[in-house]
Amino acid sequence: MDMTFAEKILAKYSDLKEVAPGQIVTVHPDHLLTHDNTAAIIQKIKPELNKYGIYSKTLPIIVLDHVIPASSEKTANNHKIIREFVKNNEIKNFFDIGFGICHQLVIEKGLALPGKLLLGSDSHTCSYGAIGAFSSGIDRTEAASLLLTGETWLKVPNSIKMVLTGKLNPGVYSKDVILHIIGDISASGANYCSVEFHGDVRNFSIDDRFTIANMGIEMGAKNTLFFCDNVTKEYLNLIGIPDSSYSPIDADKDAKYYKEFKYNLTEISPVVACPHTVDNVKPIAEVSDIEIQQCLIGTCTNGRLSDLKVAADILKGKTINSGVRLLILPASKDIFEKALNSGIIEILVKAGGVLLPPGCGPCLGAHQGALAPAERCLSTANRNFKGRMGCKEAEIYLASPATVAASALYGKITDPRAVINK
Amino acid sequence: MNIWRYGDNIDTDMLFPGKYVYICSIPEEIKPHLLEDLDPSFSKNVKKGDIIIAGINFGCGSSREQPAIGLKSVGIKAVVALSFARIFYRAAINQGLVLIECPEAVKFYSDGDNVEIDMDNGKIIVGAKTFSFPKLPEQIIAIRDAGGLLEYTRKKLKKK
Ligand code: SF4
Repeated sequence: MDMTFAEKILAKYSDLKEVAPGQIVTVHPDHLLTHDNTAAIIQKIKPELNKYGIYSKTLPIIVLDHVIPASSEKTANNHKIIREFVKNNEIKNFFDIGFGICHQLVIEKGLALPGKLLLGSDSHTCSYGAIGAFSSGIDRTEAASLLLTGETWLKVPNSIKMVLTGKLNPGVYSKDVILHIIGDISASGANYCSVEFHGDVRNFSIDDRFTIANMGIEMGAKNTLFFCDNVTKEYLNLIGIPDSSYSPIDADKDAKYYKEFKYNLTEISPVVACPHTVDNVKPIAEVSDIEIQQCLIGTCTNGRLSDLKVAADILKGKTINSGVRLLILPASKDIFEKALNSGIIEILVKAGGVLLPPGCGPCLGAHQGALAPAERCLSTANRNFKGRMGCKEAEIYLASPATVAASALYGKITDPRAVINK
Repeated sequence: MNIWRYGDNIDTDMLFPGKYVYICSIPEEIKPHLLEDLDPSFSKNVKKGDIIIAGINFGCGSSREQPAIGLKSVGIKAVVALSFARIFYRAAINQGLVLIECPEAVKFYSDGDNVEIDMDNGKIIVGAKTFSFPKLPEQIIAIRDAGGLLEYTRKKLKKK
């Protein structure tokens, strides 16, 4: 029987010859990602941890990124509990504050590889599809159970085939592509499904793929996937991982898809997701001139070097509008260093940007860059839910780094093509 | 018994705002903020045995489990919706919170209708009409019957 990517990898991880959608299988993931929520997770299973210990030292990946540096005694204590847990259990993959956002680190440190299976107690765990891995989000309770047993159940999902054709025009980015798709199929358009990207994806770098895979959950997907190709291999070589250390999985030729969508990249223009749902997507012309008070460039969706570079190219030698605050949030220390050494940070700061430490920052409204009532933020993040940035009477708009940078110049939502072509 | 009626795409920030995610994790801490930005009257008036009826994609967004823990601990008997978001669905199973995906029943419901749920037979009665919903797979019923995933895991570890 011909199988999709999800079917093949779940068959492999459950030691079955074949599986079909709807079937429930037991799997042992290669890694389990947890972050600041590790404190709450281990709290649930204290007696069991004392008695049985963790399943393995190599299973967990723990990153302190959500509320960093700690914002209060409570969050500081959570961090402390996690550091002690890491030390006592000799956990191999631990990244303390300042290393960056968990999802960025999993990819950057080569912990997600083609053909691997990862689960994480964070909804954007689906990001590692960018590199050809199967990855999906779970909750804290399930993470606790996995820490002890190393296994869990997964339902084999239906698969959706997204076929991309053509090439993006200048001023249009992968963020516009994924927002366009979510606007088209809705925030539940891929519910419970595995979404595979096919077609002309060779022009998409790992950074571009990351942005798209990251937002799979915003259309309800279980996982998102770009197949391992030369772009993937080159990226992995660059971070020191030889082809021989992983086995990519492709979909079979006659695999059955639950749905198929086609998008012509040439026809996609810059778009903005408007409050308060990610699928409330509008062409930029419909929202330009909306005044904004805060701009955010960063997060696990768009905080990579290429994103900061796009913004710097737009802001070079200019100053942002005096009515706007521009927050810059590199996704990792490595990206931050590269941006520093290449002069990108200098450009962004000179233009008026405020630099935040690599981490989640204002993205989830827990600390830093919170909004006030009636304020509007234009952000490169992945969610614009009501209250997401700390205030339910504020509005969040989502767009590409180019759109956010161009908009920062004028204090209102601005089509980046107007600035880039000048 | 109250029936709480909500619309489509009720996201995890509406169910439990992100600003509390790293400071509240046990039921007592969660309860006062449950549905805070969506419906401030909920946490004050919710009673054991109440039912929530909602539209598509209930629980979309974050993987935070406070919404599932919170709804379970205030005694919500079931959330009946057109559809649920995936991670929330898992979280509900793990907490023993009952979710029923039954579009026909949701569409039929109008304000004031009486709603009864018969879990054993997979039936939901809205007003004078009865609707069926599919039974859960065995593995998942085993988790629910154990009292949630952690209890299930504890039993499994003991056996080893
Ligand atoms: S940057 Fe935002 S979306 Fe990404 S992991 Fe952090 S809080 Fe979640």
